Amino acid sequence: MSDIAGTKPALRWVVHLSVIFLVVLWVVPTLGLFISSFRTADQIATSGWWKSLFPSEQNLTLRSAAAENQVLEDGMYVIEGNLFDASQKATISKWGVSSRAVDAFEPGQTAELRRGGTITVDASGNYRMENAEEFTGARGARVFVTAELPPEFTLDNYHKVLLAEDSTDSMTRAFFNTLTVTVPATIIPILVAAFAAYALAWMEFPGRALLIAAVVGLLVVPLQLALIPLLKFHLGIGIGKGYLGVWMAHTGFGMPLAIYLLRNYMAGLPRDLIENARVDGATEFQIFTKLILPLSFPALASFAILQFLWTWNDLLVAKVFLIDASGQTTVMTNSIVELLGTRGGNWEILATAAFVSIVVPLIVFFAMQKYLVRGLLAGSVK
Amino acid sequence: MHPAFQGLLTIAIGVSGCVGYFYLSNQFLDKVLFPPRGPNAGRNINRANIIRPWLFLFPAVAALGLYLAYPVIETMRLSLTDRVPGGGYEWVGLENYKQMVAEPKFWEAMRNNMLWLIVVPALSTFFGLLVAQLTDRIRWGNVAKAMIFMPMAISFVGASVIWKLVYDTRPVEQDQIGILNALYMFFGGTEPQTWLTIPFWNSFFLMVVLIWIQTGFAMVILSAALRGIPEETVEAAILDGANPFQIFFKIKVPQIKTTILVVWTTITILVLKVFDIVFAMTNGQWETQVLANYMYDKLFRANDWGVGSASAMVIMLLVTPILVWNVRNARNEMK
Repeated sequence: MSDIAGTKPALRWVVHLSVIFLVVLWVVPTLGLFISSFRTADQIATSGWWKSLFPSEQNLTLRSAAAENQVLEDGMYVIEGNLFDASQKATISKWGVSSRAVDAFEPGQTAELRRGGTITVDASGNYRMENAEEFTGARGARVFVTAELPPEFTLDNYHKVLLAEDSTDSMTRAFFNTLTVTVPATIIPILVAAFAAYALAWMEFPGRALLIAAVVGLLVVPLQLALIPLLKFHLGIGIGKGYLGVWMAHTGFGMPLAIYLLRNYMAGLPRDLIENARVDGATEFQIFTKLILPLSFPALASFAILQFLWTWNDLLVAKVFLIDASGQTTVMTNSIVELLGTRGGNWEILATAAFVSIVVPLIVFFAMQKYLVRGLLAGSVK
Repeated sequence: MHPAFQGLLTIAIGVSGCVGYFYLSNQFLDKVLFPPRGPNAGRNINRANIIRPWLFLFPAVAALGLYLAYPVIETMRLSLTDRVPGGGYEWVGLENYKQMVAEPKFWEAMRNNMLWLIVVPALSTFFGLLVAQLTDRIRWGNVAKAMIFMPMAISFVGASVIWKLVYDTRPVEQDQIGILNALYMFFGGTEPQTWLTIPFWNSFFLMVVLIWIQTGFAMVILSAALRGIPEETVEAAILDGANPFQIFFKIKVPQIKTTILVVWTTITILVLKVFDIVFAMTNGQWETQVLANYMYDKLFRANDWGVGSASAMVIMLLVTPILVWNVRNARNEMK
């Protein structure tokens, strides 16, 4: 192999190791959030997500069964059971019955209970409480344990974020709003741009070169400039803030890239094909719909993905043209920013909400990576 | 009406409207206006062919004009006017610009933007080139590339959440849940740092997010460029006894210089517009302000359209050299 990788074994190892290092560096941040979204609020707040993959030592406050479960055995009142849920498999290293001395006892030892009687706890959480008199009280005795807990993950966060009735946590509405913004904002510009791209690629008319130059120029115009004039315009013609406005805005902002990508692709189609069709008497409209459009599928797909990712992930355009005070038209990026502001500490909600918003683009990304790469290659102005 | 249904309806109306417009306008041109029949058939065909391109172009040109070209002019006008209470505008000349340059926040945003402009394109391109070269000939290179490319699909907001967790800070007596502080404490730090509130350096912690996203883009483009380098040039260098580093820096990099420049400028344009990351992570506090967020503050929080438009014009001004360069290149290419 005539390359850095390959000439010397030592160098090849360096290459492999550096790539592994870079990949880990790039993946770890996302992985952290992903794992956090499966942990409870307590777990997230008390230990790093990287520890959740291994058994961890935790201090827990647990309760024995209540007095109503007691049985009379040889003249002694006895309550027996396990401190943990049936599904949990924990190993207790220390335990205690008072919050001031949580690690007073070893597993297997017996402690005096403050309300009378004794308790014995073993390493797996089995306990036995004995008392000469009847146990009283509605709740069981408190037991403080230091235990080694196996990794534990939960889907509760997703349940809460996707299905909660409480509108501040629920991402369901935002999810469908985002979808409502994205799909038309992806499809409409493709169609409009495709016709224009065909004219710019295969029709002769004065001003064509100028128009192409204008498209290239508009490619880099920051959309920040458009916010106030267009909001004024939308308010002026009476569509105000809403879906129609945001669809139109995304169509306008996506137009230069769409025309640029599609024109470059169409201009590369074989000339004979189009001229033969013209000679055979096909109209321009027929040539476009029957010939150009199907042949341009790769370019159409490339732009569709770029535009989809861009509109799905957009915050600014939605904030300016869509989201009003009613709170009904929020999109996911906006919901997450609001969560960051109001509930910045609730990592379980935040992580899960972020992941719900990330998952759709990721699926599209991995399913259609080929077209995305092609689009990026064609779209960066040479 | 449910928005999802409204969305479907829009797609239907939009698509059929587009197709209908193109079909009917072409029909009208050929059948009614200039039919290719009768005594003037030849002249009619020519006339129809002069008009037809504009039928194809009209919706796109209208969208471009209304949503991109007109706003540039209108923003320029707004930056020279002030809103009068009760409606209407008054001409104030350069007053808004004067007001803006007198604000320390504006210069803070300018300084940070300059830092962003230098650091982000440079490091994204560097890492992109590094990964592209390293993964070029290894068997699992494509998997590695997909992993590094992945952040491209993640929104700036999502990325902000991801990195906020990385930068999270807990009091010193607790376990750190942010991996950066955990590493910092592990390697002998005494006090966990609140990374995003350290003036000057916090901007770099924000830049990391964009570099993390954009490296994948640089990698994809540069990787394709590296593949396009003719094998002979590399083989000749090997025969001449060049070592791998010489091959990379003296043979390969010079051949993909234009592509590197393209990647650099594309990321530069993106950096100028960066808004979401700063908005979501610090909102410009602790001296992390950037122009795009400054502008958003002025427009929608302070409701000052004059100064907001003036700062938008500053962004436009910074983009203009790249715009001119791109247009020049595109024109040269077509000749």
